Amino acid sequence: MASDLVTLEGVTKTYSGITALDGVGFSIAAGEAVCLAGENGSGKSTLIKILAGVERPDRGRIVFSGAVQGHLNPRLSAAAGIKVIFQDFSLFPNLTVAENIAFSAELNSGGRLVRKAQIHETARRTLAQIGVDIPLTALVETLSVAHKQLVAICRALATEARLIIMDEPTTALTEREVRVLLDIIRRLKADGVAVLFVSHKLAEVLEVCEKVIVLRNGALVAEGPASDFDAASLTRHMTGRDVAATPPAPLAANAPVLMEVKGLHKAGAFSDVSFTLRAGEVLGVSGLLGSGRTALAKALFGLVAPERGQITLDGRSIALGNPLAAAEAGLGYVPEDRLTEGLFLTQSILQNISIGRLDAHGRGGILHLDGLVAEARDWLKRLSVKAPNPEAQVRSLSGGNQQRVVLARWMARSPRVLVLNGPSVGVDVGSKAEIHGIIADLSRQGLGVIVISDDLPEVLSTCHRVLVMRAGAVVDDIPAGRMNEADLAHRLAS
Amino acid sequence: MSNLWIRNETLVALVIFAFCTLAAISDPGFLSIATLTDLLRSGIVLGIFAVAALIVLISGGIDVSFTAIAAFTMYVTAMVLNAAMPWMPWWAAILMGMAVGVCLGAINGFLIAVMGLPTLIVTLGTLSVFRGFMLTFIGQKQITTLPPGMREFGRMMILRGENADGSFYSLHAAFLATVLAIVVTWFILHRTMLGRQIFAIGGSVESARRIGINVAGVQFFVYVYVGALAGLAGIIHSSMARVANPFDLVGLELSVIAAVVLGGARLAGGYGTLTGTVLGVALIVMVRNSLIVLGIPSTWQSVAIGVLILIGTGLPAWQAKRAAARAA
Repeated sequence: MASDLVTLEGVTKTYSGITALDGVGFSIAAGEAVCLAGENGSGKSTLIKILAGVERPDRGRIVFSGAVQGHLNPRLSAAAGIKVIFQDFSLFPNLTVAENIAFSAELNSGGRLVRKAQIHETARRTLAQIGVDIPLTALVETLSVAHKQLVAICRALATEARLIIMDEPTTALTEREVRVLLDIIRRLKADGVAVLFVSHKLAEVLEVCEKVIVLRNGALVAEGPASDFDAASLTRHMTGRDVAATPPAPLAANAPVLMEVKGLHKAGAFSDVSFTLRAGEVLGVSGLLGSGRTALAKALFGLVAPERGQITLDGRSIALGNPLAAAEAGLGYVPEDRLTEGLFLTQSILQNISIGRLDAHGRGGILHLDGLVAEARDWLKRLSVKAPNPEAQVRSLSGGNQQRVVLARWMARSPRVLVLNGPSVGVDVGSKAEIHGIIADLSRQGLGVIVISDDLPEVLSTCHRVLVMRAGAVVDDIPAGRMNEADLAHRLAS
Repeated sequence: MSNLWIRNETLVALVIFAFCTLAAISDPGFLSIATLTDLLRSGIVLGIFAVAALIVLISGGIDVSFTAIAAFTMYVTAMVLNAAMPWMPWWAAILMGMAVGVCLGAINGFLIAVMGLPTLIVTLGTLSVFRGFMLTFIGQKQITTLPPGMREFGRMMILRGENADGSFYSLHAAFLATVLAIVVTWFILHRTMLGRQIFAIGGSVESARRIGINVAGVQFFVYVYVGALAGLAGIIHSSMARVANPFDLVGLELSVIAAVVLGGARLAGGYGTLTGTVLGVALIVMVRNSLIVLGIPSTWQSVAIGVLILIGTGLPAWQAKRAAARAA
């Protein structure tokens, strides 16, 4: 055990009577990559905070490089080489790449003046260490999400890093960017840097980690070499039950065509996209970032105005570039970023669900609240939203439940076709399976569902058919049953 | 990306150029040293205020109390010096004014940095409190006989001359104080770690905390620094006006902030340049002083300034929005 970099023993933490961590103990060796898996609320975040020194445990001890620490504080933790890369990266959008990378190093050096040459030298050195090239003087706000993450990694490396904790590092990245990130993690490991990886994307986790730790309800429920785990067993440990990825029920051979898209075109976004959607069909649209999948999704619902093309629903043509017309024709759209585009975060759960139904429950400008609220409550139940209080603000819900609220809003309008953009981005495994279950339900009820996603297992397990997009064009249109993940990944990237 | 054309600085510089061209066409006498010194003179106090407003905006806050600090400072300093220390030289009067400003700025700093209260609310409150306290407990009468030190400073010129038409022009020595304030602030913002931390806090307070920046300490400095600059501006204003009128200055704060925003600083924090600030002040001073030259009634001043702000800040925002829409 001499090579252990950090060891936790019996770490316990409670928040006002609720146990967040219950006697958790494990160790990480230098140069080792460890995956910390667990659903939302399993205690992952608390564990990160304790290692970062932000929170102090009630009981238990932390041994770092042989020295016992009752608890760490942020300065002690950073000085010991523990660096946390938060999910939001915590960068300064208004400063340059070089300044962001070198900021903590310069701050720790205690100098009062700006040492520009030194700052650029630090930035160049760390960028070279992970083998990427980003312009040093670019403002961070102009960078892509993937590049921002690389800058955050470089900042962690700029002062001596021995353990890098990455909180959900892959949620915002496309498959290809995840590959780059994994290569960088391999390089860091070769340099003796340990990595604690917190991720929902299980397949990626298994590939790069030596060891897996699973938390459930604050307790460590599984620990072992990564080779002992596969996606199914990890899910079982995280949720405490089997969440099977069942392929969708086959589509009736005589299912009528519901929606038809002909020659939809927008220069620079997507070109001449045509497809049909049958009643009860779940159609996947997959592509890398920049393939045009998001612009297409928005165009279907009128949020982006195409230059030409035609969308018909039940044989009736829908005006392009007009969300109101799309909604009235029976289309529903669940955006990718439900927090900024889909929900009124500070309003109540009931208000969020009923906002799309105001016209149906109003007469002469007066709202009939009873009917509206009853309907919203009914949808809460039907989509099994776990909410202690329907009057609570939506932002108090977990990611999976927020997604269900957005779904409930559209379901209440009884749409014919639902466009779901990244339906399970940022929700935990259990909720994800339930959302997939809801999609299957919708399909059984004869709705057409379009799922836009680059989560390949999701596409393959929920969709009947997959459109593959590259550089704005639909290049493949294949039944999901005829592909496996590697196959689809290859089609996306080539 | 952020090319030269959509920067506020470029836009403001172009408008200034266009304004000068128009003014020169309608009045050939416009392009003269007299006009220039006139504009510079008007920009002295406004310029110091603008530098103060800029550093607060960059730090992610907003301060509307600096005019009240300046008025309080000039009135109290003039009164105390007259009553107790008339022998004080001019530079000591300035230092004393800055010290009073630092004390008042520290009150803002305490409420904002230590108590963690919202900056606009705190400074709206202190604006009213500083002014009300002065008018109620200290006095409302103009001090028409300034202490000798301030009178001496009021007469100091660095440039004097006579035009061909026999009129005189001059540039007050306080102009150097404005230049110094700009240079010192530039140095702090761009050459010290403190300045980088001010930018960092304006960019993201949460990130700044996580990286170990002493957010409260940096914020405290910002409001104290603003207090010092406001004190300086107050003494300069009354010395140049040769009177300490307690009803002066307050009311200017929004025009000053407007000038700074016109120059490219963002109200959301984290962005702003001294070049832009100087150009913004220059434009506002020109409009204030020279609309008459163009034959436009002076009541149109506020309309003209408002339109400039709408165009100057709205155009880049609109372009950024279009660029974002095209990228989506």
